[in-house]
Amino acid sequence: MTVKFLAARRRNPAVAIALLLLALVVVGGAYSLASNAQPAVAAMGSQTQVEEGKKLYLEGCSSCHGLNAQGTKYGPTLIGVGAASVHFQVGTGRMPLAAPGAQAVAKPPAYNEDEVAKMAAYVATLAPGPAIPSAEQVDYADADVAKGGVLFRINCAQCHQAAGQGGALTQGKYAPSLMNATPTEIYEAMLTGPQNMPVFSDETLPVEEKKAIIAYVNELQQAPSPGGLSLGRLGPVVEGLFLWTAVFAALIAAAVWIGIKAR
Amino acid sequence: MSTDKDLLPVDPHNEPGHLPIADIPHTPRVTDTDPKAARRAERQVASMFLLSMVFVVLFVVAFVTIDKSAVVYIPVLGVVGASQIALGFTFGMAILLIGTGAIQWAKKLMPDVEVVQERHSMASTPKEDEEAKADYERGKEESGFARYTIIRRTLIGALALFPIPLVIMLRDLWQTPPGENPVELLSTTAWRDGLRIVPDTGETTGEFVKGIRPEDIPVGGLVSALPIDIMEIQKAEHNLNARGKAAIILVRMDPSEIRSQQGEGWDYQGILAYSKICTHVGCPIALYEHRTHHLLCPCHQSTFDLADSGDVIFGPAARRMPQLPIGVDEEGFLVAKSDFQQPVGPSFWERG
Repeated sequence: MTVKFLAARRRNPAVAIALLLLALVVVGGAYSLASNAQPAVAAMGSQTQVEEGKKLYLEGCSSCHGLNAQGTKYGPTLIGVGAASVHFQVGTGRMPLAAPGAQAVAKPPAYNEDEVAKMAAYVATLAPGPAIPSAEQVDYADADVAKGGVLFRINCAQCHQAAGQGGALTQGKYAPSLMNATPTEIYEAMLTGPQNMPVFSDETLPVEEKKAIIAYVNELQQAPSPGGLSLGRLGPVVEGLFLWTAVFAALIAAAVWIGIKAR
Repeated sequence: MSTDKDLLPVDPHNEPGHLPIADIPHTPRVTDTDPKAARRAERQVASMFLLSMVFVVLFVVAFVTIDKSAVVYIPVLGVVGASQIALGFTFGMAILLIGTGAIQWAKKLMPDVEVVQERHSMASTPKEDEEAKADYERGKEESGFARYTIIRRTLIGALALFPIPLVIMLRDLWQTPPGENPVELLSTTAWRDGLRIVPDTGETTGEFVKGIRPEDIPVGGLVSALPIDIMEIQKAEHNLNARGKAAIILVRMDPSEIRSQQGEGWDYQGILAYSKICTHVGCPIALYEHRTHHLLCPCHQSTFDLADSGDVIFGPAARRMPQLPIGVDEEGFLVAKSDFQQPVGPSFWERG
């Protein structure tokens, strides 16, 4: 019966397309398994971790990113984004999104470290992608802070502002402040290009230079504000606004007090 | 006309511009009627002056004792330098208390009865006017200013021409190197066919050696870049003009997302090179959104669509962002295929 059914339809033009697709899936699947099974396991650990990560993914992420992480009209594909992307996006609470909008806002993470690691392990098995940076890669202890400052001003300051305070982009999007970013998050952001941030690959911005940038951001985070009231370190425009409003109001109040007749 | 009548007190109700406040009857202050209140005010003023002295002492103590690098947390202000905040606060309070004490003294204890201060008329007397006029006429007559026409005209001419050298000297603010055409200088950059592209590391000495391979830039990637020989040029020219003009950004997008380019095949496998200098007033821009492919200038919000020939889609820029045609050399490094085909940076006079 089945044989007869197949025989009757084997000249159907759809069969050729179906066979072609099947072949592509088999070859592609075999290739991707062969090419990244090893790094994924090496980087992220056991098969159970991957399976649990997949479970978490299907529950929490698949409604937007698709059952096979292929992407839908609500969210981009996660094939090839790597463990670093997952660690950054979920670890900083940007994903899952609270609501669709211009900006993925950082908030308290919905998953704990362990769960994030599992999801990262799962996504890393989909296709080769940037791994979560090692402790050695983000160790900025010996990095050149001054060089980091130069590199920051060339590559980062146009969006994140010279003092890392963040700034506006187009149509409601913005580059976030870096004041609470950890070295790992900074590294991951440069490597994966979250949201609209471009990617700064290890080839064009080598690990040493990334370390220098992290050291500079750390310096910005630690730097005290000797005079106080840094006003977001946004510079003369904000300082001028403060002067023309708060300080002028105080001066006018003083002038009024001088002018009022005593009782 | 000025008469003695101006010096006489007049009825304020009939004078134009009189202030209604003058109609309010004078009421004595508490300190005028109650000697106890007056003594309280006296103590108040004296304690302000006293406090000012205390703050001066505190200032000296703070100056001597507080470690210059110590920090302290103060609500609202945040973590601030302990020494700076202590010195500023004590000195500020010392001078402020002298001021407030003096004002309080004047307001509460010094007499506050309204008095009329009489003034003379500001206008000159007719006699003074006549004398001034006569002086002028005599000077005109004696100098012969009206008589010697040629002297008068040459003097006016000399004074009119005198400021011209001041304007001419502005020319020296920018000196075109000998034999160079300024329009040519503004229209060309250091890029030429086959010149390798290197990442801008911010270094200003030494030399660039490391090129960029196409596979170094992932889709969504951004690199600020320069010509490989830019260090030699800036060393020879003793300035950074060439570096400023040649600055570019490299971005990579999926080739299917590129809607148009300024020239056929000017990209290399989705890698596009654009000038980094805004065509509005020349701010360096690398504020690139890799999902929208928009390049935004932080100075005046000009926005360029790099997926669509670098066209202006928002803001005051009048020209699109110049694109640099690129390819790879035989060793597989990214190179320019020519110089920019239009001047980079803001418009200038000769461009029209």
